[in-house]
Amino acid sequence: MGAYVLRRLVQAVPLLWLISLVVFLLLHVIPGGPMAAYENNPDMTAEDLHRLEHDLGLDAPLHVQYVRWLAALVHGDWGYSLASKRPVLVEIGDRLPNTVYLMGVATLVTLLLAIPIGIFSAVRQYSTLDHVVTTVAFMGHSIPIFWFGLILIIVFHVMLRNPLSGAPLFPGGGMYTLGMPFSLLDRLHHLVLPVGMLAVANAATYTRYTRASMLEVIGQDYIRTARAKGTPEPLVIWKHGLKNAATPVVTILALDLPALFAGAVFTETMFSWPGMGRLFIESAFRVDYALLMAIIMVTAALTVAFNLLADVTYAVLDPRIRYG
Amino acid sequence: MRNAITVPALTAAVPAARAGDGYWQIAWRRLRRHRLAMGGLLIIVLLIAVAVLAPWIAPYKFEQIDLLNRFAMPFASRHLLGTDDLGHDVLTRLLFAGRVSLLVGFAAALSAVALGTLVGVMAGFYSGVVDNALMRLTDIVLTLPIFGVLLLLGRYFGGGIVPIVAIIGLFGWTIAARLVRGEILRLKTQDFADAARALGANETRIIFRHLLPNALAPIIVAATLDVGGAILTEAALSYFGVGIQPPTPSWGNMLQNAQSYMWTSPWLAFWPGAMIFLTVLCFNFFGDGLRDALDPRLKL
Repeated sequence: MGAYVLRRLVQAVPLLWLISLVVFLLLHVIPGGPMAAYENNPDMTAEDLHRLEHDLGLDAPLHVQYVRWLAALVHGDWGYSLASKRPVLVEIGDRLPNTVYLMGVATLVTLLLAIPIGIFSAVRQYSTLDHVVTTVAFMGHSIPIFWFGLILIIVFHVMLRNPLSGAPLFPGGGMYTLGMPFSLLDRLHHLVLPVGMLAVANAATYTRYTRASMLEVIGQDYIRTARAKGTPEPLVIWKHGLKNAATPVVTILALDLPALFAGAVFTETMFSWPGMGRLFIESAFRVDYALLMAIIMVTAALTVAFNLLADVTYAVLDPRIRYG
Repeated sequence: MRNAITVPALTAAVPAARAGDGYWQIAWRRLRRHRLAMGGLLIIVLLIAVAVLAPWIAPYKFEQIDLLNRFAMPFASRHLLGTDDLGHDVLTRLLFAGRVSLLVGFAAALSAVALGTLVGVMAGFYSGVVDNALMRLTDIVLTLPIFGVLLLLGRYFGGGIVPIVAIIGLFGWTIAARLVRGEILRLKTQDFADAARALGANETRIIFRHLLPNALAPIIVAATLDVGGAILTEAALSYFGVGIQPPTPSWGNMLQNAQSYMWTSPWLAFWPGAMIFLTVLCFNFFGDGLRDALDPRLKL
């Protein structure tokens, strides 16, 4: 196992390097760029523009710029945000925890909804409950998540009011009420809508995975053995069944990191959540090279790491799987 | 005794294949019994018909504005679904936007699947270096936060229908590529492929005449599910203002526009999203039924 993990880590290096090359080219090929913000500024002379371009290192040939970026990265320097002039790592360090917090809670709620529902649905295959669950899961899978979020905001923030205070029933944005001392209740209050938006859409997908995985497990010999030994049915399902059915679900969760990124972009933009998704949108519109490179590379590296984690978890949870 | 009861029930549920029936006839008969898939297909056909006929059936002209009737409520005036901030008839806009959204969905799914099939065939048929290079390329695309890349590209090349189709297709081929590669790897070692080779068929003939037709079922299913996915992606890009640009309407940019008026006219946000939802749902139902009918073993 140790050798396997090591080999995968070594393989990840050229992959991430290629990704950095592709993304770097992509960012510099698209027109615009950081200089575009100054070009229409009447106070900037052509000379100023040239000097600024030179100071930012943007007048060097593309391959020189790339080598400079890579060399700095190897030394742990991710560069500076062109917009805020702060180090890229500081910007990301400010935002990443907020995204992990939102996505962590959302994923927890998703699994708490999806796994029990998926299992009930599988155990009672072709029952009315199963049909309802399958259909609703299909709907959750097809719903445009940004529209669903917008409807949530309209209903629970714009239309419905708290009968006591007359304030909107749920906050429509932010992580906490500004200017208020820390309060767990206030934090939770702010989580309801964004987590609801993410959880409903994701739970649909995971319910389908859990159901399919559980159906496969129920047909296995060891389930029949457990029943034959006289194990009570709930124990058969929730212990023997769940343990084996949950494995593929958990791994899919780890493989789905790029989808989580897209989810963060939507949710954080709609709910003014100061996380990585919104940071990405902000820097995309400013063409903040260093910051965009860093966000994409961090996400790609996390994807690779989670893929590996998924494979290792799989092997640990399922002793039949061996990696050479 | 048990068998005596279940056998007639089984024959009733699965009509026996008649003599001379081909694969596609059997699949069609299986599909017809899938109620959700047929419902989905029916609505898709209706949506396409309505989109094609939009200029003739829309209650108002596409660019017509009714400045005295801005933000009209649905079901309350001459405008059945209300009007937007400029007094455009919402129903008319929805019909015309449907043309764009469906066109983008079909075109993007088609290009993604075509590209994926090409990559998959190359990788599966010419193993070794070609396979390795193409699969590393697939890894790169699968590791990138694709939605972020699409947003960046959309911001610079977006606006029109063709660029949006191109960028969705350019990054949407990986699923089809892996699928087709697997199929080709499986098929090329089978006896009929060897027979064709022994008879002196060249590579092109083996690929197009012998291998691809046998891999068609999963490709069709992937394409169907991709149409829904592409419609969602276009809507998401337009929602962020980097997809189809107004005045060309799409359900996504109607939704983006409606968001600005959610405090005063919240109903404006309902219709375009509901249309996206309905369309994607129908494609998913149909694709699911199609998979069961064409290849029940397939996992997509």
